[in-house]
Amino acid sequence: MECNQSLIKKLAKNARINLSEKELKELEPELNAILENFKILDKAETKRIEPAFHPIEIQNTMRDDIIEKSLSQEQTLKNASLKKDGYFKGPKVV
Amino acid sequence: MQIKEFVAKVKSKEIDILDYTSKVLQELEKTNNEYHYLSNISKELALYLAKKVSKDPSGKLAGVPISVKDCICIKGLETSACSTILKGYKPVFTATVVNKLIKEGAIIVGKTIQDEFGFGSFCTNIGNGFSTPLNPFDKERCCGGSSGGSAGITKKSKNLHISIAESTGGSIACPASFCGIVGFTPTYGLLSRNGLIDYGSSLDKIGPMAKNINDCQTIFEIIKGQDIKDPTSKFKILDTNKPKTFAIIKEAFEVDSGIKEIILKKLSNLGFETKEISLPYVKKYAIPAYYIISMAEASTNLAKFCGLRYGLQMDLKEKYNEYFSKVRSQGFSKEAKRRILIGTFARMAGYRDAYYLKALKVRQKIINEYKKAFKKNEILISPSMPILPPKFTEIEKLAPIDTYQMDQLTVGPNLAGLPHISINAGFKEELPIGMMLIGDHFNDNSIFTALGEYGEN
Repeated sequence: MECNQSLIKKLAKNARINLSEKELKELEPELNAILENFKILDKAETKRIEPAFHPIEIQNTMRDDIIEKSLSQEQTLKNASLKKDGYFKGPKVV
Repeated sequence: MQIKEFVAKVKSKEIDILDYTSKVLQELEKTNNEYHYLSNISKELALYLAKKVSKDPSGKLAGVPISVKDCICIKGLETSACSTILKGYKPVFTATVVNKLIKEGAIIVGKTIQDEFGFGSFCTNIGNGFSTPLNPFDKERCCGGSSGGSAGITKKSKNLHISIAESTGGSIACPASFCGIVGFTPTYGLLSRNGLIDYGSSLDKIGPMAKNINDCQTIFEIIKGQDIKDPTSKFKILDTNKPKTFAIIKEAFEVDSGIKEIILKKLSNLGFETKEISLPYVKKYAIPAYYIISMAEASTNLAKFCGLRYGLQMDLKEKYNEYFSKVRSQGFSKEAKRRILIGTFARMAGYRDAYYLKALKVRQKIINEYKKAFKKNEILISPSMPILPPKFTEIEKLAPIDTYQMDQLTVGPNLAGLPHISINAGFKEELPIGMMLIGDHFNDNSIFTALGEYGEN
């Protein structure tokens, strides 16, 4: 599987990252070297093996459906420099 | 002085905790100017906590100075996981493990430098405005990563010092080895991850670092436990039996002969009778499986950092996607971008089965191989790192894939979520060498019992 510049651009677009031409040129051989190294997994026999999403067995834990005190509006907005009239201010959608 | 003796002296007022904390803060500032272990020193919080302890020294950790890795949230203290994209973020809540420490009288003295989000093996991949921590034994060498600041300050501090670190693929064992201290990584799920800035959610584990094994165990006992705020956390009563069967991992000892000799000598001094076992599947597949899973999880965990609500925020000139892309491009380092891109690739339609799902299946086979080994052996032993702490000039020359290979001994137990401890086994060329003891899931206490019973404190 070759990771060419066209694929890297597509990945970057999906991941919402802009890459400069310099970054793109540097990343191409680096990503290919990494993916080449990962190819060894093709040799691992994994028939009838279930994927381990966690290293130990995890059971769903449900909390009681009780209303608890949540963060105040002031606390929630504390780290936002982009805010207006008690709301987060974001970029234009359309 | 160990925690128990120190706390007794605080309770008997032999140690004036206000005076002591002031001295600790002064020492930290002096050391930090020279070695760069802390991203910030929490003077105000430390003195506030010291005052509380002076009035009520009843806690199990009364007055104990503790630093916390920068990826663990503390209310009001800048917490950025040493990433530019989170610069300036001050959490409005405190992580469960830190709350437990404070409740027992610990004094939180600051946040420690790390590789950005934990992405590194040498603690050299840090965001703008942070300085690279220097090895306490040789300033031309690294502390190891990603919890390098935690390990460095634990070693260098002349006072009692504990640090709360975190490991995804070896970020506790590696710096513990390179800085000559004790670092413990618990079974996955035994400690709450609530308040931890995620790297790989199925891999992240918070754990203590200390100058000695007893202190590591004391802290582990206090911070472990199920937490409703972390649905992956578990409650388990842990076995404390003294292990009788030890095995060295054959493939892990295929390292520098000097490192091998020092560890074998240490085992002999401890009186461990060991046999040799082979874990070929771990050796062959643990690194690619670990990196695919961790990068896939990182690429989703880092999706929330988009320049709104907290952290790096910029002018809102562009539209929606353009704005997010602009902030993320400036806020993430090259290594973060590399991992996000590969993680996105591994999860993408058409490649998901061949990379992400394949890696998860390989993880299960790796767990199976460890489980088989634990049927006949209670503790597995390996060097913590295959090399001595490298010089910064050597690290600069490494390609990313070469750096990933440095984790060859630590990714196995981390991928399988197994408890492990790194202790100092000795020195080569005046540089520390770490030895790792690995136990089966939830046999965390057996590791401490093995070392305690054999007089290693």
